[in-house]
Amino acid sequence: MALSDKELNEIAYLARININEDSFPSLKGELEKILDLFEKLNLAETSKVEAMSHPLNLSQPTRPDEVTEEDQREKLQETAPSVKSGLFLVPKVIEGEN
Amino acid sequence: MEIHELSLIGQLNQLKEGSLSSTELTQHYLDRISNFDEGINSFITVTADLALKQAKESDKRYKSNSALPLDGIPIAHKDIFCTENILTTCGSKMLSNFKAPYSSTVVNNLSADGVVILGKTNMDEFAMGSSNETSYFGPVKNPWNKEYVPGGSSGGSAACVSAQLASAATATDTGGSIRQPAALCGLTGIKPTYGRVSRYGMIAFASSLDQGGVLARSAEDSALLLASMSGHDPKDSTSLNEKVPNFLKNINSPIKGMKIGLPKEFFERDLPKHVESSTKEAIKTFKDLGAEIHEISLPNVDLSLPVYYIIAPAECSANLSRYDGVRYGYRCENPKDIEDLYMRTREEGFGPEVKRRILIGTYTLSAGYYDAYYLKAQKCRRLVANDFNEAFKSVDVILSPTTPDTSFKSGEKSNDPIEMYLQDIFTIPANLAGLPGISFPSGHHEGLPLGVQLVGNSLKEAELLQATHQFQKVTDWHKKLPEVK
Repeated sequence: MALSDKELNEIAYLARININEDSFPSLKGELEKILDLFEKLNLAETSKVEAMSHPLNLSQPTRPDEVTEEDQREKLQETAPSVKSGLFLVPKVIEGEN
Repeated sequence: MEIHELSLIGQLNQLKEGSLSSTELTQHYLDRISNFDEGINSFITVTADLALKQAKESDKRYKSNSALPLDGIPIAHKDIFCTENILTTCGSKMLSNFKAPYSSTVVNNLSADGVVILGKTNMDEFAMGSSNETSYFGPVKNPWNKEYVPGGSSGGSAACVSAQLASAATATDTGGSIRQPAALCGLTGIKPTYGRVSRYGMIAFASSLDQGGVLARSAEDSALLLASMSGHDPKDSTSLNEKVPNFLKNINSPIKGMKIGLPKEFFERDLPKHVESSTKEAIKTFKDLGAEIHEISLPNVDLSLPVYYIIAPAECSANLSRYDGVRYGYRCENPKDIEDLYMRTREEGFGPEVKRRILIGTYTLSAGYYDAYYLKAQKCRRLVANDFNEAFKSVDVILSPTTPDTSFKSGEKSNDPIEMYLQDIFTIPANLAGLPGISFPSGHHEGLPLGVQLVGNSLKEAELLQATHQFQKVTDWHKKLPEVK
């Protein structure tokens, strides 16, 4: 299965991973080989098979609506790259303001 | 016999008798780590101060007759388990500065039973790999021969236990990451039933497949640790609300009449002579122990590898989207806008194998491909699981080699992802079906260990441990240890 440069660019953007164009040929080769591995599945007859998303037949458990976690804002933000006044800082996302 | 050569249970007995203190044992391992780990690289973080503090507390409990079930036993945690205020890297640059704000349930359960934490072990980045060569913190070497890999992704846990730098270690298994390194390093490794061990605080790779477990030197040692780790956890919605049996209770019972199935699809493969002969030898041992051997069929088992390499990357692409450089972990320098922040943080923070899997997962989940890949894989997953259900109507456990061969040299397979993926051909099916599996040493070839795997029916860990223990009572492969220099 062949991947085009355009497709690879789209996937990389969806995954939000910058990829250097120099590595396109080798990366495409690797990904194509992995996609070829999947061809085998086409041989399996699955029209009447129910998809299995999980090994357990689980129903979502519920719990009493009680507060169990205390507020740990400061502790949880200690590991953040950039924080100010209890907020995570990122580059400006709203246009038109200084 | 030196104290690091004793089994975990042997050490526990000496601690109980008072002929050994936890401080002595812990210091002994810390000395061994500083003397020998440089050439093995099994630890990312050594928590010497914490370990000695915990050992001292444990010694006090022994003196006051209030000892806990695993009191004073020094173990290592795979660096995928969050440990409060201790570096938890998952083998990645992305988390190379991440001190977890809380501990995983596995860590808490073991600590509540008195273990001493020696440190955090090296691993393939985000548990993606079968050779421990994808770690940001450098490759781990196999203590049996340092030119060879220890397996992965729990390679650091396997190498440190094999080199006797810890009594045992925690590990995780998504497609074979406990059992394959166990085989390659001459250890006993158990992956329990999906849901038996809580995934809370265990950094997610592929959530419908990930399961915590143990790497140790025998079935008995594994049983003791697994009992401590297991149990229902309301913090993990996929945790099984099932009573944890006493895994040691029947471990000494004979396995006369146990039905062992040999999947013909596995044995029809072109296996190297030494793998075939060591597996046959193991089958003979089980026969001598009174087990019945039956040929069985898992007709769809060949679909396992492609199913796994669609499902695991799909789940990983979703799970790893959280690493965005905003809330924790690595952030790129001088991002010019938010998009650049995401794109470069993830470019710089992830290694090549992780990126490959995220890209594959993103592709198979993307519009237009979802049905052809992801949905198809989920249907095929059901076929593989149904085969096991069918097989367990006539047998109790299923036996196969753990890996297609002994360990391989560093660098030998790292340029070909598919070659590397084939390492897990015998281990992946159990993850797809959520079944427990154990690997234990069954022989040596050219100085490197080989392993055999037993897969059991859902919640039948006790049977796997019992069969393995009975095997280990009449064989001594698990007692062989590498000479560490």
